[in-house]
Amino acid sequence: MPAGSAPVRVFVLAGNGTNCEAETAHAWKLAGADVADIVPIWEWAAGRASLDGYEVLVLPGGFMDGDDLGSARACAHRMRCTRPRPGGPTMLEEIVAFVRRGGLVLGICNGFQLLVKVGLLPGGADDPRPVTTLGPNVRGRFEDRWVRLLPDAASPCVFTKGLSEFELPVRHGEGRLLFVDDAVRQATVERHLVPLRYSLSGLPTDRYPFNPNGSEDNAAALCDATGRIFGLMPHPEAFVTRTQHPRWTREPRDLLPEEGAGLRLFRNAVEALRGA
Amino acid sequence: MSGVADEATAGKVHRIEVGARVGREDAAGRRLCRRLRDDLGLRVDEIRLVDVYTIAADLRPGTLDAFAAGALADPVLQEFAREQRLPGAFDWAAEVNLRPGVTDNVGRTAAEALALQLGRPLRDGERVSYARQYRFAHGPARPEDRRRLVEGLLCNVLIEAYRLWEGGEGWFAPHVPRVLLDRKPQVRTWRLDLPDDELLQTSRDNVWALSLAELRAIQAYFERPATRAVRAGDRLPPEPTDVEMECLAQTWSEHCKHKIFSARVRYRGPDGAEREVDSLFRTYVRGTTETVRTAKGPDDPCISVFDDNAGVVRFLPEHHLVFKVETHNSPSALDPYGGALTGIVGVNRDPFGTGMGARLFCNTDVFCFAPPDTAGELPPRLLHPRRVMEGVREGVEHGGNKSGIPTVNGSVVFHPRYLGKPLVYCGTGGILPAEVGGRPAHLKYHAAGDAIVMVGGRIGKDGIHGATFSSEELHEGSPATAVQIGDPITQKRMTDFLLVARDRGLYSALTDDGAGGLSSSIGEMARTTNGADVDLTHAPLKYAGLDPWEIFLSEAQERMTVAVPPARLDAFLELAARMGVLATTVGRFTDDGLLRVRHDGRVVAALHMDFLHEGLPRMDLRAAWAAPAPFPVRPAPPADLGATLEQLLRRWNVCSKHYFVRQYDHEVQGGSVVKPLCGVRATGPSDAAVVRPVLDSPRAVAVAHGIAPKFADLDARSMAASAIDEAIRNAVSVGADPATLVGLDNFCWPDPIPSPRNADGEHKLAQLVRACETLHELCVAHGVPLISGKDSMKNDYHHGETRISIPPTLLFTALGQLPDAARAVTMDLKRPGESVYVVGRTLEELGGSEYFGLLGEAGGVPPDVRPEEQARLYRKLHAAILEGLVSSCHDCSDGGLGVALAEAAFAGDMGLEVDLRPLAADGVERDDLLLFSESNGRFVVSVRLGSEARFETRLAGLPCRLVGRTRPDGRLRVIGLEGAVVLDQDVRDLETAWRTPLDLNGEEVEVRDACR
Repeated sequence: MPAGSAPVRVFVLAGNGTNCEAETAHAWKLAGADVADIVPIWEWAAGRASLDGYEVLVLPGGFMDGDDLGSARACAHRMRCTRPRPGGPTMLEEIVAFVRRGGLVLGICNGFQLLVKVGLLPGGADDPRPVTTLGPNVRGRFEDRWVRLLPDAASPCVFTKGLSEFELPVRHGEGRLLFVDDAVRQATVERHLVPLRYSLSGLPTDRYPFNPNGSEDNAAALCDATGRIFGLMPHPEAFVTRTQHPRWTREPRDLLPEEGAGLRLFRNAVEALRGA
Repeated sequence: MSGVADEATAGKVHRIEVGARVGREDAAGRRLCRRLRDDLGLRVDEIRLVDVYTIAADLRPGTLDAFAAGALADPVLQEFAREQRLPGAFDWAAEVNLRPGVTDNVGRTAAEALALQLGRPLRDGERVSYARQYRFAHGPARPEDRRRLVEGLLCNVLIEAYRLWEGGEGWFAPHVPRVLLDRKPQVRTWRLDLPDDELLQTSRDNVWALSLAELRAIQAYFERPATRAVRAGDRLPPEPTDVEMECLAQTWSEHCKHKIFSARVRYRGPDGAEREVDSLFRTYVRGTTETVRTAKGPDDPCISVFDDNAGVVRFLPEHHLVFKVETHNSPSALDPYGGALTGIVGVNRDPFGTGMGARLFCNTDVFCFAPPDTAGELPPRLLHPRRVMEGVREGVEHGGNKSGIPTVNGSVVFHPRYLGKPLVYCGTGGILPAEVGGRPAHLKYHAAGDAIVMVGGRIGKDGIHGATFSSEELHEGSPATAVQIGDPITQKRMTDFLLVARDRGLYSALTDDGAGGLSSSIGEMARTTNGADVDLTHAPLKYAGLDPWEIFLSEAQERMTVAVPPARLDAFLELAARMGVLATTVGRFTDDGLLRVRHDGRVVAALHMDFLHEGLPRMDLRAAWAAPAPFPVRPAPPADLGATLEQLLRRWNVCSKHYFVRQYDHEVQGGSVVKPLCGVRATGPSDAAVVRPVLDSPRAVAVAHGIAPKFADLDARSMAASAIDEAIRNAVSVGADPATLVGLDNFCWPDPIPSPRNADGEHKLAQLVRACETLHELCVAHGVPLISGKDSMKNDYHHGETRISIPPTLLFTALGQLPDAARAVTMDLKRPGESVYVVGRTLEELGGSEYFGLLGEAGGVPPDVRPEEQARLYRKLHAAILEGLVSSCHDCSDGGLGVALAEAAFAGDMGLEVDLRPLAADGVERDDLLLFSESNGRFVVSVRLGSEARFETRLAGLPCRLVGRTRPDGRLRVIGLEGAVVLDQDVRDLETAWRTPLDLNGEEVEVRDACR
């Protein structure tokens, strides 16, 4: 297949408490994906759907299993325990195999929490151990507010390539990124696996509410060393058109174009896969 | 809960404690310390929270450790201990668990996780239950203070139980709350041939809330030969069974049949003339809609009104808009969290159960509480307003956020008399396909022979008598079983399933199991086919031992009743099983004119459908206006108008509600266009929400509301008119086309039926009549059809000599449409040098205003409306907005023009100079009265540079005056009637004053410091 025409087929996981699958699939289509299928988790768990035939797996926002045991914990447990085919690999093992054969994985909000809790971030497919977590916000509350995000230009992350500071909404109660120890934090930072940081006036910030949750290193996102697994607390699918921005009625179009900044993340992924 | 035992299970019981690792902070614990200090004035140095899972199952230590490590404890933040105390230093501890039978969401999720790990379903008797443990460092030492602490904030003893550990040896033993009903289900019969007082006492004892006339009508029905013949055939005794009495009581409850709104009312109004109103509902609600629809002719937007669980109107060719607003006041008074959570997930099921089922796209919430600084001893059984406020807030947070439905619009309203009952209004909008399977989706298609299938959660004693209980005043003995805990995740799974089943054409109708449970949903659906044959034997129960009447009446949450044609039944049940949703056939629809209920092989109820729904005798009521006519009063003018404005901005009903807004997801689903907060720093209070429910269409819905209980005591007309006009203004402000508006009316009233304990009942009913007349007048004048509504008529508290009745309250919700979302307008001033207009007429209408409230002045003339002129004004203003002439538009309501100017200025971080002299003001001759009158029908509008002439032409002949200009200096300056500057304030200071009183998340200080 010639470069630039490789297919981009997106598997958007849904059900059991996901909330953002429709607008997330919509964003992928706006970004030019060929297919963005919303796939119910029970169909996958029962072996009636699989990651075969897809290039992207998306874990969208929501409250899987109600987050009743802590954000995404019950769902992480589900992915480790469930074998879609008797005697076959678990759902988690299927994701690992999917990444090894070149697939991209995007986790947004609850989906990011899931990637962290199954250990795919920041360790990646080769070392899926939970060494970070997303704990309760330092103020102990769920909050919906827009934040500024500063990309790390040196990050291997496929999704954030070439971006400059931009805004997205956060909507979570457990988004505080914490590392198990300093060694893990250092290694993660040195390898540029924190692709986005909460920022104020162009610099990373630990000030509430600009850093809404008190994350270590002001991290809003993580990727693995390949840059192909990416998770973030903010919602890029919630800013794909101008009228979703909180100040669209006052900003001119040169500062705030028709296309929302969040769509760039999806476009980056589509372009990377097209060129593959 | 009578008949409910609370015992440890036989066999193995394990206990796992999970808590933060040493050195990791506990954010929830810190937040609790703050609340203890702020709400109860108790100092505690540290609280640490521990999650306790009690597992009744015979499992090996290794299995349990793997379960704890894999599913329960976060490996980075937490550690766990099995069968022993999690280490830690603390002085005393409290452990709180749900009472037996109360929905345990965490326990249920943990049980599912355990089953996944074991690779098998849990067996009978195996279960996981959850408890919260609080560990205290220092804090009160006296036992009564400790109990006050726990019961005041941590444990609602109505639905929860707690144990204390106060040091020394020993520790909490494993404890499994379990319902043990060691009894066989029974059916008893009731004799109705009793003397009046005994009969009424029986009704009260059983929470039937039936009147004597109603009881005698039932007695007469059971004596009819036709009734007797049916009963003989079904081997039923001649006397009614408890299933029948309970079913009639709930079907005939005020909550379900709206008896007051249907009554014949003899009304004497303020003018002294007497006349009869034959049903408030038919005359003023349905009557309004019929008049407006006829006048609109081909532009009538209504598709289905008053026929189903929610109103349906036109939106796009392929999509209809569905909306419903409900209240959940009484349960929220008893258990604010559970009551409000159930309120929001309950109203979700109304649009969801409309027609063939709608996808839900937004929630609204309006709360009425007593002020948070309410002081003094509270009457028995009442919770402090702060606790009510936080519980309600959190219940709606969990219900809305977890369901993935954005909360886009709301209010928090304070009045001292909401101490008697808080009001919790929850609304939900949905999108219904115009057609499903080639036929209109706003109708239902079930027929005799279709199976009755119950879908969703299991049945327990929860919520029994909710309908009849909410038809009573709150008293000390109000039943705890009337409270339920909602379970958003079970409901989410159910609605996901039903939407798939809808699109596959697997059912013919569905409806919500709300008040009255199965008896109500089946009773309603059976009207279409004229009968149903129900068998409760295999209905899924939470625990054994329920009587048939309890199964039939239970209001256990997260259930829908679905009609499934026999040919689709297997496919329907198979899909449910695949999606992990409980679905059980509980009967079939018939056409023999009877609602028949069976249990365990015998008939336990047989009621004629026509008697069940039409047999209720109508009430005859008297209404007599007994309030003096308001007259103008003029307190002395203040020395400093700037300081007065700041004080007004700090008032509970004016100040920023960002603390609530921030904790509700208002953007999920991606349709957000105008958010609750707008402007440079997102500090401005938007007048209404604008949402695009269909992502590939620019067409948007404006969701607005108005509520004005503060005018109710002076004149119910002002209260109703101000609510309706404010809702319409708010919708017009954000750009909705007034020609597209539809309305929803939600009345919450104090009991309007006189009794020795309710001496002014006739006046309360007269207030209701007057509010209804006003509703009719305004909706007709503005061309707004009512598409749905609800009333809640017993919002009183009674104990001994204490009676607290809420102020009569109408919430009016207005929905408008914008063909193009990009035409929406927000309330923040946009750029310097723009002309600012005040649109609308200012009168001396300060009775009930925030200004008079600040001055402690109880009198005065409350605001009225001039609907003909105002309707014309709104149409012209909309034309100007549509033309793109308007850069900002803000409604004037609480706090009047002064507050509206301040809000528009600080939201835009913009200076503003305004001259009061050109105002269209009829005889108001004082600066303070002009600034703080709360006359309806007014807006502050800024106009784009160069568009002034066209704007003025558009509004020619209407009260619209150029009053000033925006400036880059960040000051609000007002020039008074004498031509001098009478107010000159920094807009950032005004913003701080407005944002500080309810800044419970501490956001204001941080933002202010960072932005300076």
